[in-house]
Amino acid sequence: MLSRLGFIFLFCASAFAQEITVAAASDMSAVLPEIVAAYSKKTEQAVKLSFGASGNLTNQIRNGAPFDVFFSADESFPQQLIDEGLASGSSLYRYAVGRLVLWVPNDSTLDLSKLGIKALLDPSVKKIAIANPTTAPYGRAAAGALRHFGIYDQISDKLVIGENISQAAQFVESGNAQAGLIALSHALSPAMKSKGRYWAVPLDAYPTLNQAAVVLSKSKQESAAQNFLEFVRGPEATSLLANYGFSPPEDKTPGARVK
Amino acid sequence: MNSEAFWLTVRLATIVSFALVAIGIPVAYWVTYSRWRWKFLVEAAVALPLILPPTVLGFYVLVALGSRSPVGRWWESLTGHTLAFTFEGLVIGSLLYSLPFAVQPFAASFGAIDSKLLHASASLGHSPLQTFRRVVIPLSKAGLVTGFTLSFAHTLGEFGVVLMVGGNIPGVTRTISIDIYDRVQEAQYASANATALALLVISFVLLSVVYGVNRRAWVVGPWK
Repeated sequence: MLSRLGFIFLFCASAFAQEITVAAASDMSAVLPEIVAAYSKKTEQAVKLSFGASGNLTNQIRNGAPFDVFFSADESFPQQLIDEGLASGSSLYRYAVGRLVLWVPNDSTLDLSKLGIKALLDPSVKKIAIANPTTAPYGRAAAGALRHFGIYDQISDKLVIGENISQAAQFVESGNAQAGLIALSHALSPAMKSKGRYWAVPLDAYPTLNQAAVVLSKSKQESAAQNFLEFVRGPEATSLLANYGFSPPEDKTPGARVK
Repeated sequence: MNSEAFWLTVRLATIVSFALVAIGIPVAYWVTYSRWRWKFLVEAAVALPLILPPTVLGFYVLVALGSRSPVGRWWESLTGHTLAFTFEGLVIGSLLYSLPFAVQPFAASFGAIDSKLLHASASLGHSPLQTFRRVVIPLSKAGLVTGFTLSFAHTLGEFGVVLMVGGNIPGVTRTISIDIYDRVQEAQYASANATALALLVISFVLLSVVYGVNRRAWVVGPWK
């Protein structure tokens, strides 16, 4: 009996040792579970996911959060972790480019294809959801785009700020905001796809959302983490990412200038 | 410390605790004196926010205030804007969130009054309302102060509901607890600490008032 219990304990311990924990930007909240499902099916590797604004996750990692891998919606956050010795510089790579879109629910009368970003100036738009510009890269991109088009000051009192890009999407999806600057990956997700329409904000209107992944220094399972990153780089994951509107990076080297 | 967020929160807590005195007294009166068989169901409903996760409350408030709900549409037709992400929306969420913190101390102090005094008052020709105003309320001061202070303190520290229905708008819905959260996420610990410390001290002072008031009432009898 005892030895049997011991066996179970050993088994559990080894099962735990194999599990890797991934911290990921909220724009990955729909696609990453699919990637993990595909990966786990192939390798039986258990992967735990934790989503949040990239800046919030960065701060959690600084405070010792037990993550093995970090998927950021922006290169600057993993770069900070590398500079602070908390992430492995050699593991950093860009896996995709994220897109910012202007999204309105189906019941909106705004003609996005005609108006573009100017749709936000319409009086029917009382609240505009964006993510927190200080901690969420999509929030920073949204603020950047609004300034690029010169309408930030006109609409700043309409902005409602989601804690991360998923919350911003939820604000507009639930009808509490009439428009939102959200991630294309949310607009294309099963939960939102049929509920509204979007206008893709031109890429030159905001800093490129280079999605970058990195293995964290505190990880005790570096090779398992590396293997997972390798899979995300592969064709299967790339096509899943493409389903959610993530395009492949023009230049995969971190720090390289795109365009 | 973010003084804009601080005064916004004080304003919210003040409005909510005064409103809860107005709402809480009749509710507590009914809860104390009603002999209705199913009264316990109302008591349970009033106490719900004590144990419900703020996210549950926040979720339903958000859905109820949204433009897809009858309440949300009615408000929108009245004022031209939705309730979510507004100061009024926060007031409504906070009223629900802090309701038991007012009603329970009120009801406890009403219930602790010697029924002989109520009978004496009635036999002297006072209507129930007169008895309530001249006997019950003066004898329940400690309970009223406790309920007011606890709902103020509880609203001051509200986080989950505000995070879900507030939208983090500076000067409108960015309360101090949200401000602390943002500062911590941005790794600005000194700034987070200044606000957090203020909140800690204020909460301690408020609770000291509550315990001080009740100790006096307890030791010297009905507090006048």
